[in-house]
Amino acid sequence: MWSAKIIVEYKEGILDPEAKAIKSAFNTMGHHEIRDITTGRFFHLEFKQEISREEAEIKLKEVCEKLLSNPVIEKYKFELEEVA
Amino acid sequence: MKKVGVVVFPGSNCDYDVYHVVKKILNLNAEYIWHKDTSLRDYDAIVLPGGFSYGDNLRAGAIARFSPVMQEIVKYAKAGKPLIGICNGFQVLVEAGLLPGALITNTGLRFRCEDVYLKVANQNTMFTRDYTPGQVIKMPIAHYTGNYFATDDVLKTLQDNDSIIFQYCDANGELTDDANPNGSLLNIAGIMNREKNVLGMMPHPERACEMILGSTDGLGVFTSILGGK
Repeated sequence: MWSAKIIVEYKEGILDPEAKAIKSAFNTMGHHEIRDITTGRFFHLEFKQEISREEAEIKLKEVCEKLLSNPVIEKYKFELEEVA
Repeated sequence: MKKVGVVVFPGSNCDYDVYHVVKKILNLNAEYIWHKDTSLRDYDAIVLPGGFSYGDNLRAGAIARFSPVMQEIVKYAKAGKPLIGICNGFQVLVEAGLLPGALITNTGLRFRCEDVYLKVANQNTMFTRDYTPGQVIKMPIAHYTGNYFATDDVLKTLQDNDSIIFQYCDANGELTDDANPNGSLLNIAGIMNREKNVLGMMPHPERACEMILGSTDGLGVFTSILGGK
């Protein structure tokens, strides 16, 4: 069975308000050594049936491009792993 | 009598406002369209109203886009019929790919709820013909995710096609940074598709149709599509 870990992040230059807020909290905490931070979303999904890696990748691409990310402002990457 | 369909998603909250304007102010027909409907009756215009469809989960408009009714709405739009998305409805339209670009978080990181001035940048459309060219109108905004973003080539296409319909401006019609409440590129508040039958806008014309609400400047959007008051 295939298990996928997906990360969706903003493309370069897109406003990341959460990161901005966290960065200012770092400064308040005194962590001036942290130069920058970006945020993203993590998704973990598992496939039901036995399908090939190629098929799983095609399905993943579709859900990433059509639903989990907005390609206008976000990029994604995923890792596929076979689990018992 | 002309008939308007108002789509109701779970979390829509401006649906009744639109229904009220059509029924009680314009004295025309209005009907709700449930998000699970899979067939559409004949409408003179369809409105995707404001609100927080599906709790704004994932991204504003991202889940609503896959509502059963949206397949029919896409067909309706592709047939050239008038479709308008207001606020969350605009977010649904960009997520569905019926309008280009994206709506991202306001630059000030605040939910902005206030009256704004808009310049009617293109008056020669089925949604704006009751305004005068360049007219400055006033209506409310209420959003956190209304910052219009698009790549340079998309912006250029919008400009070349006169698809920028409303722009944030000051009381004199100047497109200043101060008058831009959310950081939208080119002060964009509303755009249309190339075919000019789909309009998306962040401001709320339905909340500016009666003097008791402070402005009647929004009425023009509805009278333009539906014919005189």
